[in-house]
Amino acid sequence: MYGKKVKLRFFFIVLILTILALSIYLVLKSLEENVVYFQSPSEIKNVAEFKETKIRIGGMVKKNSVSINMNEINFIITDFKNEINVIYSGAVPNLFEEGKGVVAEGFLKDRNFFMASKILAKHDENYMPPEVKAALEEK
Amino acid sequence: MYKFFEPNKIFSITSRAPKYILILFVIVLTIGLIESLILSPEDYKQGHSVRIMYVHVPAAWTTLGIFSTITLLSIFGYIFKLKNFFLISKSLAPSGFIFNLIALVTGSIWGKPTWGTWWAWDARITSMLILALFYLIYLLAWRIYENKEQVYKITSIITIFGIINVPIIKYSVDWWNTLHQPASINILSKSSIHSSMLFPLIIMTAAFALFSLLIFLMKYNTELIKIKNKGLDRL
Repeated sequence: MYGKKVKLRFFFIVLILTILALSIYLVLKSLEENVVYFQSPSEIKNVAEFKETKIRIGGMVKKNSVSINMNEINFIITDFKNEINVIYSGAVPNLFEEGKGVVAEGFLKDRNFFMASKILAKHDENYMPPEVKAALEEK
Repeated sequence: MYKFFEPNKIFSITSRAPKYILILFVIVLTIGLIESLILSPEDYKQGHSVRIMYVHVPAAWTTLGIFSTITLLSIFGYIFKLKNFFLISKSLAPSGFIFNLIALVTGSIWGKPTWGTWWAWDARITSMLILALFYLIYLLAWRIYENKEQVYKITSIITIFGIINVPIIKYSVDWWNTLHQPASINILSKSSIHSSMLFPLIIMTAAFALFSLLIFLMKYNTELIKIKNKGLDRL
């Protein structure tokens, strides 16, 4: 079989990989708050205190909630449990649409109102030609 | 364990292979480009910008595959003291790095019309950038260290640190909220990408893999020639 040195090196590598994986896991676990790109409306509702820092909220644009008046656009971000009203003035990305994913960056006014300074559209993992989409909707 | 290797034997194969690989690559790439740019349909939501995916996704897969291969070879090379494995790793790295950059740049170009931003510090994108940095220090280590034993050890360590990042890249979209969408292609369950779009994606992946193989063989042949002409080990 293999020599003693080969075995020793093998266990050394296994040990290094285990320790590294474990430490990276712990680091990521403790940094979870910073790793997530956005928070859901439910997470915002459960927050104990408000911070005056810029945050991002993500979820679905609620159906029939978008209203545009003057230079302002209002809509509701929902995760189907909780909702949050968003006020934004500026251009929205092309893929911004009711019933689709969105990430809003800005400041919380209170538990229900969010002043967005930037809107990003979140694309989902579905890729299909328009005809297929039309056929799916007919069903 | 094994005898180091017989350069003449390997060289007689690897020196002849590139021209056949090149022909195959050109054929597959042509089919892939026609499929992805002309024949495949546009997306119901993204329109024509979906075509960026046919470069972006294969590039990302290739770079992850190459990094995993390099790590495996380096670990086995370290355990069994196989110098040839390190040479193969060294020759694989440049194309992996280039495809990593291509994945980042095409992702950025796609992100602007789709998300509304060129760059976002979300987990998937950041971890992919970290992979590029690992490629960079891996390639630099080969340039900087002259002592062979030293460079084998250092590059092994770099790959072992880097491989921890690979599962993070893969599962970042599932573990955390990210702007980047989750994987569309699942081996075990139904894919959420239409077959008319999956086909060009697979062809393009094959083309990128062939291109990596081609660049690898050319680099590897250079390494073999350098060993043959001893004393000319570093150019």
